Order: sequence, then C-alpha cells, then structure tokens
Amino acid sequence: MKSYLRPYAGKLVVSWLAALLGVCAGIVFPLIGKEVVDGPVRSGDEGALVSLGLVAFGVGVAEALMIFLRRWSQVGPVLGLETRIRDDLYAHLQRLPMRFHGEWQSGQLLSRATTDLSTIRRFLGFGLLFLVMNVIQLTTVTVVLLNMYWPLGLLVAGSAVPIIWVSLRFEKQYIKISRQVQDEQGDLATLVEESAIGIRTVKAFGRRRHVYETFVKNAEKLYDSSMRRVDLSARFFTFLEVIPNFTLALVLLLGALAVGTGGLTLGTLVAFTTLMLQLVWPIASMGYILAMAQESMTAADRVMEVMDTVPEIRGGTRTIDDPRGHLRFEGVGFRFDGKPVLRDVWLEVRPGETVAVVGATGSGKTTLTALVPRLLDVTEGRVTIDGHDVRDLDLSVLRAVVATAFEEPTLFSMSVRENLTLGHRQATDEELREALEVAQATFVYDLPWGLDTRIGEQGMSLSGGQRQRLALARAVLAKPKILVLDDTLSALDVETEALVEEALRHVLREATGIVVAHRASTVLLADKVALLSGGTITHVGRHHDLLEEVPEYRELLAAEEVLA
Amino acid sequence: MTVTTTTQSWRGVAAEDKDEIPEKVTVLLRARSRRLLRDLLRPHRRTIALLTGIIVVSNAAGLAIPYLVAVGIDAGIPPMTRGEAPRTLLVVVAAILGAAVAQALTRQAFLKLAGRIGQDILLELRRRVFDHFQRLSLSFHEKYTSGRVISRLTSDVEAIAEMLQSGFDSLVTAVLTLFGTAALLLLLDLHLGLVALIPLPVLLVFTRWFRRQSALAYRRTRETVALVIVHFVESMTGIRAVQAFRREPRNQEIFAALNDDYRAANARSMRLIAVFMPGVKLIGNLTVAGVLMYGGWLAFHQEVSVGVLAAFLLYLRQFYEPMQEISQFYNTLQSAGAALEKLSGVLEEEPDVADPLRPAALPAPRGEVRFEGVRFAYVEDRPILPGLDLTVPAGQTVALVGATGAGKTTLAKLISRFYDPTEGRVLLDGVDLRDLEEPVLRRAVVMVTQENFLFTGTVADNIRFGRPDAAMDEVRRAAEAIGAHEFISALPQGYDTEVGKRGGRMSAGQRQLIAFARAFLADPAVLILDEATSSLDVPSERLVQRALRTILADRTALIIAHRLSTVEIADRVLVMEQGRIVEDGPPQELIGAEGRFAGLHRAWLESLA
Repeated sequence: MKSYLRPYAGKLVVSWLAALLGVCAGIVFPLIGKEVVDGPVRSGDEGALVSLGLVAFGVGVAEALMIFLRRWSQVGPVLGLETRIRDDLYAHLQRLPMRFHGEWQSGQLLSRATTDLSTIRRFLGFGLLFLVMNVIQLTTVTVVLLNMYWPLGLLVAGSAVPIIWVSLRFEKQYIKISRQVQDEQGDLATLVEESAIGIRTVKAFGRRRHVYETFVKNAEKLYDSSMRRVDLSARFFTFLEVIPNFTLALVLLLGALAVGTGGLTLGTLVAFTTLMLQLVWPIASMGYILAMAQESMTAADRVMEVMDTVPEIRGGTRTIDDPRGHLRFEGVGFRFDGKPVLRDVWLEVRPGETVAVVGATGSGKTTLTALVPRLLDVTEGRVTIDGHDVRDLDLSVLRAVVATAFEEPTLFSMSVRENLTLGHRQATDEELREALEVAQATFVYDLPWGLDTRIGEQGMSLSGGQRQRLALARAVLAKPKILVLDDTLSALDVETEALVEEALRHVLREATGIVVAHRASTVLLADKVALLSGGTITHVGRHHDLLEEVPEYRELLAAEEVLA
Repeated sequence: MTVTTTTQSWRGVAAEDKDEIPEKVTVLLRARSRRLLRDLLRPHRRTIALLTGIIVVSNAAGLAIPYLVAVGIDAGIPPMTRGEAPRTLLVVVAAILGAAVAQALTRQAFLKLAGRIGQDILLELRRRVFDHFQRLSLSFHEKYTSGRVISRLTSDVEAIAEMLQSGFDSLVTAVLTLFGTAALLLLLDLHLGLVALIPLPVLLVFTRWFRRQSALAYRRTRETVALVIVHFVESMTGIRAVQAFRREPRNQEIFAALNDDYRAANARSMRLIAVFMPGVKLIGNLTVAGVLMYGGWLAFHQEVSVGVLAAFLLYLRQFYEPMQEISQFYNTLQSAGAALEKLSGVLEEEPDVADPLRPAALPAPRGEVRFEGVRFAYVEDRPILPGLDLTVPAGQTVALVGATGAGKTTLAKLISRFYDPTEGRVLLDGVDLRDLEEPVLRRAVVMVTQENFLFTGTVADNIRFGRPDAAMDEVRRAAEAIGAHEFISALPQGYDTEVGKRGGRMSAGQRQLIAFARAFLADPAVLILDEATSSLDVPSERLVQRALRTILADRTALIIAHRLSTVEIADRVLVMEQGRIVEDGPPQELIGAEGRFAGLHRAWLESLA
C-alpha cells in the first residue's frame, strides 16, 4: 500500500495541509462575525468594520481555496492508487495458472477489480481524512473541556468508554457481515456471467424461468444480508448519536448543580456546553466513517487474497536460440486434486515428426497436450524440449515454441485480424493469407469488413467449424516449432477437413506435431500414433499396425459404422 | 502507434458507444431514465412520505437539543443560584433526554426504512434487468457481449443502490434546511434578507453548469468502467488462449489504456466537484462577509438590531451549507443517472423474437415442422435462405447435409426460434411459431449444439437443466440411455461431481455427453442436433447413435452432422447448397443416384480409410 502512495507523497502532503488549514479557516470565519457584533457595531467604529469585513472576505476566500486545494490535489493520488492496483491485479491474474482460473469464477475476480477497489478508493479519498480530522477534533475538544472544568471534562471523556466498547463489538460483527455481502455480490456476478455466456443453452431449453429463479434466490440472499447490514449500522449509528446527547443532558444537570453550589461560573458552563455541542456531529459521523473503513478493509483483504496467490507456474530463465522442437515426455505423471490423471508417460517426438494421441473420451489427451506449453505442470517426471525441462524455460520463449489450436476455440470480441495475430502481432497480410488458406478459413475475407470485422464475443456469430478454422489459422500463423492440434478438426465437414489436412501436411513437415484425434482421417496426419489408456501410453506405433494388433485401438478407431 | 489508436482498432469498426451525443437525445435519455426511476419508486410512495415525516421529526428533535440547552442555562440555573428547587432545570433535562430518545428512535427508523426501500428497489431492478436480458434474443446478445450484461447488472445497479441509500437522507434534510432558512431570513428582516439572497441566481447558474458538466462526466465514467469490465471478463474467460499465445503483454497494454481512460473519466468528475464544492463555499462565504459589512453598517445606523444581525450570520452559514449536501447528492444522483440511462436503455430493447399477443395452444405437440416461403437474412441484402418450402412430417428423422455456410444451422435456429424468418413462416403442427409462447415452444423443440455449455454445479444439476423437476432416477436413466452413465459413475462423486467453472473439469467429449443426456431428459417432440457428436470418440459416438435409434423413434429429429455415419439412422436426407435444398430423399436412394450426396458419401468413405 505504501509503495502505491509513495509517488504521490507531495500531493498528499498538500492535500492534508489544505484540509487542516481549511478546517482552521472554517473555525475562524464565524469568530469574525462575533468580533464584528461585539466590536465595531457596538462601538460604532466604521474603520474597524471595514477592516474586519475585509478580513472576513479574506478568510472566506481562503477557506474555499483550501477546500479546492484539498480536493484537487487528492484526485491524482487516490485515482492513481486505484488504477495502479487494478493494473497490478490484472497483471497478476494473467500470470496465475489455468488451475487457479479453473477454480475462481470470473465474477468473483471482477467484483474485486471493480467494486472492492472503488470501496478502497472512496475510503482513502474521503473516509480516512475525516477519520483523522474527527479524532483530532475530538481529542482537542476533550482536552479543552478537561482544562475548563475537570469533573465535567472527566464525565465527557468517560462517555467515550461505552462508545469505544460498542464500536469494537460493532466492528467485529460488521466485518463478518460486510464480507458476506461482498462475497455474495461476487456470486451474483458469477450467475449473471454464466447466464449471459450460456444464453444459447438457456434459450434452447427454454429454461428462462429456472435461471431467473436461481438468480432471484441469490439476489434475495444478498438482500437479506444487506438488510442485516443496514439494521446493524442503523443501530450503531443511532447509538453514537444518543450517547453524546445523553452526556450533554447530564453535563447540564451536574453543571447547573455546580453553578448552584458555586463550583462553576455560569459563563464557563455556557462555553462548556457550546463546545460539547461541537462534539455531537464528529461522534455521530464516526459511525459512518468506521463502517466505511471496515468495508475497505474487507475489500483490501479480498483483493490481497488474489494478489497473495503465488503463481505456481513461473517461467525459468533459460532460452532456446534455435529451437528444433525435439519433444520428450519422461516419466510424466499428473494428478488433479490428488487423483491421478496421467502416470508414467514416456513419449518422444523428434523434430519434424508428428504423433497422434488417441484415447477414449476423458482419457487425459487434452491434459497431456496442456503440459507442453505449461498450461498445466507435471506433478511427476518432466517434459523436455531440445533437452531442456520446459520448467527451466522462459515462459514467453516456451510459448513461442509451442502453439496450440484448441478444440473449443476461444475468440475475443475484437477484429478477426487481432484474433488471429494473438501470438504473432507483427504478422504481414501475406502471412495471414497463408495461414488462413491452410485452415481453409478464407471466408473471413467475405465478412462485411474483411479482416477488420469485429467478431462477437466467443465468435458467437460464427459457426463451430468456422471458429475452429480460425483457431487453427491462429496456431499456424504463430509458426511454432511444436504445433499442438487438440481435436481441432472435429466440427469440420468432410470436404473441408480433407482440404485442411492436405494443407496441414505441409505445415507439419516443418514442425513437430501433436495431434489429438478421434478419427482415422486425422490420425493419418501423423507419422506415428500413441494410444492413451488408463492414464498412460500403452502403445506407440503406426496406425495400420495398431489397427491390426491392438483390439482397444481397433475399437476406438475402426471405421465408423458404414451405411449398409 | 499510440495507445489510443490501437485501442480503437481493437474495438473494431462496430464500436457502439458514442462519446458526444446531441442535446435532443440527452433530453430523451434523461426523460427515459426519470420514467424508470419513477416507476421504481412508485410502489414505495407511502413509505417515502412516511420517511419525509420521520426526517422532519428527527431533525426537529436534533435541532431542539441545542435550543433546550440554552433554555436550561438561561431559565433553569438562575432559580438554583437563588436557592430554589431545580424544577425548571429538571424539566429541561428531561426534555433533552426525551428529544435525544426521539431523535434516536426516528433516526433508527429512518435508516432502516430507507435501507429497506433501497434494497427493495435494488432487488426489483436486478430482477427486472436480469429477466429482460434473458428475454432478449440471441441476436441482441451476440452484439452486446456478456461483459456488458455483467457491467449493467453489477456496477450500474450498485450506483443506483448507493444513491438510494445515502442520497435520500441528505437531499430531504438539505431541502428542508434550505427553504426553512430562506423563509426565516426573510421573516427576520426583509431588506437584509433580500440582500442575503442576491447571490442565489449566481448559485443557480453555477449549479446548472455543474449539473451539465457532471452529467457528461458521469456518463463517461459509466462507459469507461463498462469497457474495463468487458475487457476484464473476456480475458479471464479466455485465459487459456491468452496464456497459450502470449497475449499477456498486449492485453496488459489494452487494459492499462482502458483503465487509464476510466481513471481520466473519474478524475474529470472529481475535479468538477473539486471546483464546484469550494465554489459554493466561496459564494456562501462572500455573502456572509458582505452581509457582515452591510448589516454592520445598517446596525451601526440602527436600521437593524444587533440581535437580528447575529442571528443572520448564524443562519446564513446554515443556508449555504446544504448546497454542498445537495451537490454531494447530485454526485450520487449523476452516477446513478448515468447508470439509469444505460439500464433504461436495456429495458427498452424489444426482443426481436417477441412473445405472442394472442398465444395459440399446443396441448400435445406431434412434431410436424413446415417451412412456408421462408426467407432469412442476417444482413439485409445477403439472404442465407432465399426462399424455402419444406415439410417434415411428425416422427421423421431428417439429416441435413451440405458444406459450411449452406444454411443448415440457420434452418435449425429458425425451427427453435432463435431467430424469426425475414419473410414467410415456420409452423409447428400447423401453428406459426410466432404464435406460441416461449415455454410451450421450448417444451416441444430442443436444440443441442456443439457448444455444450455447462453451468457451475454438479453433473446431475446439469442434466436436470433439461427438466428441473426430474427425479434422480430419471436423470440416471437419461444418462444410461445415451451411454454417459458409465463415465459419470467413474467420477469421484458420481452424479454429484462438480463440473467446475463452465464444465472445465470435464473433457469436451464428456461435456457433449452430458449435454446429450440433458436434451434427452427434456423429452421434446422435435429434437435438433447440430453437430452434437463432433467431440465424441468413435465408440461413444456409436453408443449415442444406437441410443438415438430408440430415442428418435417417436419424435421428429433434425440432425446436422458432417460425419455421415449419422445419416444411417435418418429416414430422409436433405442436401443444402447456398440456402436451397438441392437433393431430398431417403439415403439409400440418394447414394444410388449420381448426385451431390453420392459424391459426399464417397468422400466420407474414403476419409475413413
């Protein structure tokens, strides 16, 4: 936190000084009026009236100026802090591995990056200043009161005891409830997100009511906790107002007795009560400010929860100057939540060679491919490229060597061009065309604005086959040494698939390839086939040999049932 | 290249937000927002009236305390110094205690009631907007993106909540004080009172300026924060591609630029307040100073009494103080106003696919589908379907074949009424789809796509999405029917296994099987399978196909598949080309003929190798 504020130290000092001076000017200003009434008006001194009037103008202007300075100089630090934390949070989230993102809903992350950070900003910009000002004002006034007449002053100071006691209790409860509210807000955001992204499924099944009811149930839960928070703060706020008023009544009573017995002059009592009246507002407003402080603490906790998560997958330092793309899996195992997914996988793919990975649904094929660009990390053994453990390689170097075309292509709501050049920003139009031709995706040139057409989020307006071809073009465009095709052709029609495969053969001659496949036609892209079964590779060989020798393989890849 | 231009190119050509909007439109937008706000507040009319009453009592009690203290000192103490019984003092002290209690009670009632209204409206708004988003058609969602939906339902709704919670109190108090004080000033001394009110027009002009400027500034804040949210959500949703393709630095650049735009927008509105608040203070202080001199001069010439002058100075201070409160309220109001503007805009959107005015009944759908002269175009002069006539008798299984872009999916989407035809009509059992209410249509027609979206929850929850009231038994039977039971039982918690965020813990093939079970459980009269088996391995696909034979026996089915293996179970094959049906007949017949299908079939056989 300190490091975030440091660059703004100068401005912050200005802002706090201005705040202090502003308060002083605010106190002095009414005193001038009193001077005028008591002085020139009674004495009839016209000159003094003018000069006091001018002082009043001066102080009035000064007060406004100080308020202006305080607010103006605060803009930079407060917003700068918020913006920088948000930037850092985003950067951190981009660094965190897939495993983290698989567990954390983006709604929860979003509410941290927006609502929570704004809460912190508001507290720093407003709450903190007034918290300090209030405390200063309260202690000063109390000290003055003690000096004025200590028995009554002690009474006033004593009234702080119940206030502090209740405040502490309030804080404990408030932290809990506001944390709950904030978490539930995140949950609600998650539901909204799912309902928006899954809108097609919701519509296809006509489950609007169902989704709506789930949402309302959660919104009502949030409503209940919010109401509990409202009730709690309502009780606390009023308590804070009652105590000083009760004390005031007591002071008046005891003070009057003291005046009666001659222990206190009337004038002092008047001054005493007038000053005490000035305490009511700062105490009452403490409730609001404390609540704000609590909320921003919980918000900060929530943000730190994410910031403190150490990215499990961090890049090494090694680079490969001239990668050949020699890929080896050496006794690789992978466990997810303690459950073994892969074990003792040995596989070698030489430069320029292509291997097809075949296995039943859910056998771990995608996991295996994700280990290469370190979207996941092995839990046993190692994966090497050109003899280097992938964990020793600089992440951006590694991910430049490996490119993956996923089965479910992720497209972003930006232009086709930007979607394609995700991994290779300097790509020329010529290179783009080549990649699009390989992927049989030249349809993009026919879109309304060609390559500059903005495609909807997740490419919703494109067909599944079109999206897969774009994802393939993206991977091909990156010109990787190792190309991973994770069942990328599944949504293509037979003719297109044949064309794509033909073109891919050329690409794969230059690169090391891993092809996850369900179909014989795709398997034929590869020089050899690895059969994944029971979490490990049981057979490696040529397609036709495996077809003959391994019953399990035959079962998986034998020709689809042909029309009789 | 500068950051701004790259941000522009990132946004593509179809950027929908306008920074500058003409005055006329602003007026319209404001009226629309006000309508929504009124609409939201209407059910709480009585409570709001009650609240106003409570605030008056609460403020009166609060103001009475200093007055009572003064009375206590002036009238309560003298008798005591004279040695008399402290009766007056005790009465006053009791009155102070009473006032304090009254204030506390009313204050608490106020906070709770105001909080309740705020939360009620918030809940209502969430419900309304969420429901409306769900109602809006796919064509809307395809353009609007989920990030915006999220932004509307989170940050915009929260802005309104904030106004309702904190704004009301300060507004009512401020307005009361403002008018009360003005009246008091004029009553005290008309002449001096009028002088003291001279700066009022200046203040009004100043406020007007501020209002205009800050409306713009807040609108900009809402827009920029929405862009931050959209980018944030998209990059977190697609984090796998981001990391795999080293998109992080570029993303960081874009995010930093958007975040900075947001910062700049916030800075602008904060600076406006930084000018406005002290500006009001300045006008107030100058007035007080002016009244001080002029009043002093008047008092000097005995034209006003000293007491009146002293009172004037006290009250004048109070007079300008609420202006700050009001402008503070204006801040929250502006930010809520900008949010209201967006939300009312969303609520104004009509679903392209509208609910019927006079819904037709469809008690027991048989599943006969008919296209009559259907023309459909996403873009005006580029029809996907130029004109289609087709009848699928109830119970028939039809395979749709053709190259990508031939219009197969469009045809499927028209039957499930994701879109309405541009011309002509689509009929189910002789009833125009547009005359059917959504729940009725969805019970009859279900479409399984390649997307296989899974919601956070268990496997069973996701299958049950097809029919939320289904018993566990039926869920299991559905899974068994399509051959998913085996892999589900092998999962750590079986049917109760959490699928993870968007089904992330399942493989693509497993997701597809779950989606299939879901459709089967829904038990529709018309089932549309759009590439629904593409991610399955051959044995699973075989299982599904075997299951389909029984499943499809008594219902109409439309199957789109590139793998022609599916065609085997079809009664009829339609070959599409550029939106037209070019071949139509039973599969055997078409294979025998020398048409396009025969060619496709041969190519497919070769691909099996």
